[in-house]
Amino acid sequence: MSAIDTSSVFVRAEMAEARAAPISTTGLVGWVRTRLFGSVFDGLLTLLGMAIAASVIWSIFDFAVVRAVWTGEDGGVCRTPTAGACWPYVTAYWKQFLFGRYPAEERWRAILVFAVFFGLLAPLALPKIPFKRLNALLFFVGMPIFAYVMLCGGWFGLEPVETTMWGGLLVTLVVAVTGIVCSLPLGILLALGRRSKMPIVRTLSVVFIEFWRGVPMITVLFMAANMLPLFMPDNVDVDKLLRALIGVTIFTAAYLAETVRGGLQAIPKGQYEGAMALGLGYWQTMGLIIMPQALKLVIPGIVNSFISLFKDTTLVLIVSIFDLLGMIQSSRSDPVWAAPSTGTTGYLVAAATFWIFCFGMSRYSMWLERRLATGHKR
Amino acid sequence: MTPADATTLAPTTSAADAGLAVEMLGVNKWYGDFHVLKDVDLRVKKGEKIVICGPSGSGKSTMIRCINRLEEHQAGRIVVDGIELTEDLKRIDEVRRDVGMVFQHFNLFPHLTILENCTLAPIWVKKMPKKDAEEVAMQFLKRVRIPEQARKYPGQLSGGQQQRVAIARSLCMNPKIMLFDEPTSALDPEMVKEVLDTMVELANEGMTMLCVTHEMGFARQVADRVIFMDAGQIIEMNEPNAFFADPKHERTKLFLSQILH
Ligand SMILES: Nc1ncnc2c1ncn2[C@@H]1O[C@H](COP(=O)(O)OP(=O)(O)O)[C@@H](O)[C@H]1O
Ligand SMILES: [Mg+2]
Repeated sequence: MSAIDTSSVFVRAEMAEARAAPISTTGLVGWVRTRLFGSVFDGLLTLLGMAIAASVIWSIFDFAVVRAVWTGEDGGVCRTPTAGACWPYVTAYWKQFLFGRYPAEERWRAILVFAVFFGLLAPLALPKIPFKRLNALLFFVGMPIFAYVMLCGGWFGLEPVETTMWGGLLVTLVVAVTGIVCSLPLGILLALGRRSKMPIVRTLSVVFIEFWRGVPMITVLFMAANMLPLFMPDNVDVDKLLRALIGVTIFTAAYLAETVRGGLQAIPKGQYEGAMALGLGYWQTMGLIIMPQALKLVIPGIVNSFISLFKDTTLVLIVSIFDLLGMIQSSRSDPVWAAPSTGTTGYLVAAATFWIFCFGMSRYSMWLERRLATGHKR
Repeated sequence: MTPADATTLAPTTSAADAGLAVEMLGVNKWYGDFHVLKDVDLRVKKGEKIVICGPSGSGKSTMIRCINRLEEHQAGRIVVDGIELTEDLKRIDEVRRDVGMVFQHFNLFPHLTILENCTLAPIWVKKMPKKDAEEVAMQFLKRVRIPEQARKYPGQLSGGQQQRVAIARSLCMNPKIMLFDEPTSALDPEMVKEVLDTMVELANEGMTMLCVTHEMGFARQVADRVIFMDAGQIIEMNEPNAFFADPKHERTKLFLSQILH
């Protein structure tokens, strides 16, 4: 036999053990080397990106903290040319930002509703906490009734408060939460309707979805505010906020219906057959087998719609409902606080508030998606 | 078809009296213009094991799927355990309760654990209390030898294990008839045996079985009759020894020569 073994027969004598990967490809060093400075060009891009990020962060920090005015009785202190954010304006107005023109002595009612809302939402959203059924019942049934009674008043000796007096974050949350909670079930029903074998159900669903998807939200709100009363009998007066709520809900439901339908299409036929062969009925199959999987697939799309809805609540301003942005918008023209930076400060507050809510929803959905992953695919 | 047609095709003896599990008489089905099932006649006695083979696209799946109404037939009669399949949804539900089905691709529910897969139908269809359903499910999971996997999700199991879960899931509904549609053809070769062993056990316990498969060893071992289908019709039917040793029809001979090498 020669030095180089060229025979085609080979029998392994010992099994090779698994060895650790070279240090340069793993750990922090490996990460920096491969991801940030993989080549000269990558390195330049990394530095450029860092420079841009630093300059943006610095200008916000400079405006909001370094050059900011912290105390003052009126806008005068903010009128110097170098003044940054005008925080005393926010201090003076933050209650209006939260509650609008809701009467000051009744604000505790709104605060209580906020507290109960978040107090029920948190344990519902976190999987570890028990009593989910009771919690959901309280949140989806008890909470709306409680919020309605507390906010509108008129019962139990509570002073009635017209919805025209509501405003600020209160309105933003009322519209957004009602929209989110009501639009999802409606969207699911529309998606099922669109895939139904019954021609009438299918046609109605298609027409409904396509109509609402085809008109801009602003039109929907205008129609709800101005045209709906024309079609209503004279003695029926539907509350303006309620009209906006219905408009927002229907609009979002139409989008959600298409998102959910996308999820339904991704479920293999075998899942329906497996369920049918076991004797499950239509609603059982949908509710227990198909929807849980379809909705899980389209969580990103659903949350996308919810985030859109949350931001679209600002459009109620055009039908003279003053949400958070609307309150900020109207307060900045208050002559007492008029200053070059007042508007910017207000908008910074609005942007930060909206961002916190939307980012929160986004992170929660990502976390939920990971948690619900049950090894769908091997 | 109209009820009048049904009576003309009806046999004089009713299926239940004759101890029949499944009776198909003059069954025809079309997909659009495509004639998939042509005058299929088949009578399966209670406790009988039938193996169905034939080339791909010959209508084997369609035929057995008509038995639990996953497919609708357009002419002829199908009587399952004394219940004739019609438009009537109540009857379809009744038949589906009596008939279990195992699919080529398992069709387990990936979002539910193995145990939940097995208890779902007993709880929701039979309204069994959860505790009892879990007890029954564990019993069947033991029988297919995977009780230790009960808390896992289908995606964490091998193909062979998944198919055994699918069998257990069907058995939890206490069916009188089991349908198998190529239960081993999606499996890696080393997993075929574990599934076939489970099916053999089931057969030995006296279950009525209709099984589409090309596992001829299995057919020889358990089948009472082997059916060969082609072009939507039953071409040949015989007890296994005669079927394999002495096929009569040209198409059967050709098919067997292709799969038996
Ligand atoms: N839903 C359907 N629509 C139209 N044609 C179908 C459908 N399902 C099956 N077929 C056709 O019917 C024939 C029989 O199918 P199938 O019963 O699945 O055959 P097998 O199981 O014997 O391979 C095939 O030619 C197939 O293409
Ligand atoms: Mg088939």
